[in-house]
Amino acid sequence: MKAIVHVQLKPGVLDPQGQAIAGALGSLGYSEVTGVRQGKVIELELIGTDHALAKERVEAMCGQLLANTVIEQFSVEILD
Amino acid sequence: MRAAIIVFPGSNCDRDAADAIVKISGRRPKMVWHRETQLPDVDLVILPGGFAYGDYLRPGAMAARSSIMKDVHHHAKSGRLVLGICNGFQVLTEIGMLPGALLPNAGMKFICKPVALTVVKTSTPFTSGFTKGQVLQIPVAHHDGNFFAQQDELSRLEDEDQVVFRYQSNPNGSVNDIAGLSNIAGNVVGMMPHPERAMTNGKAKGDGDRLFKNLMETLG
Repeated sequence: MKAIVHVQLKPGVLDPQGQAIAGALGSLGYSEVTGVRQGKVIELELIGTDHALAKERVEAMCGQLLANTVIEQFSVEILD
Repeated sequence: MRAAIIVFPGSNCDRDAADAIVKISGRRPKMVWHRETQLPDVDLVILPGGFAYGDYLRPGAMAARSSIMKDVHHHAKSGRLVLGICNGFQVLTEIGMLPGALLPNAGMKFICKPVALTVVKTSTPFTSGFTKGQVLQIPVAHHDGNFFAQQDELSRLEDEDQVVFRYQSNPNGSVNDIAGLSNIAGNVVGMMPHPERAMTNGKAKGDGDRLFKNLMETLG
């Protein structure tokens, strides 16, 4: 099994990296870009077959280490 | 003053902090490797500046989960003192011993320069010898010093008088110009500026001395 974790700054938290990316896209001529929020993807290789249990445990990992819930939000997807 | 300095892989101000303690107290602090599980019997623990674990995941995130940190938490709960400088401040927010978080600087640049700080809170052992409104010159050296807390948390920590230092001219986008914070009890302080880099050296007078002297007056 595999877990895909998306971690991103919460809405309203300043994202200077996203702003810098937006600026760079603008200077490349992509004038349709009005905002960028960036984040990270963490892939976990897991033992087991129980998706519900895996999701619960990976969410616990997010709360404990993978995300800082003061500033970040996360989502977890479990794949075979 | 009996002090311990926690050394993480990637700490780089641990020896500067040790020199500052020796200079002011005449006593050499204990250097404690992060894999240890028990602190020596000390009054003060310093979490030094640097880039523990190369800032992997988030600055301070890995260090906050090091095995020694349980005992640092316990040390603070018993009312003894903890000072987190720069990366140490990031560790204290990551472990939840101080509120909020440190984001990348608003300008996306590493900032290394002296800054003017206003002393906001004098009821901590770190700042007891200062007067409110006193201005200190202490350098910053960070990429992630942009203090952030959600509005309700920010109001709460302002109401609880947890802000210890503010920048006179905000270098990094920190909310309410916050440069240093304490817990409610005042025995845990985190600050982005580096007092150990502002020690008096020959004729060059540094404001860092005064912070460590305040500690000496409290701890003896």
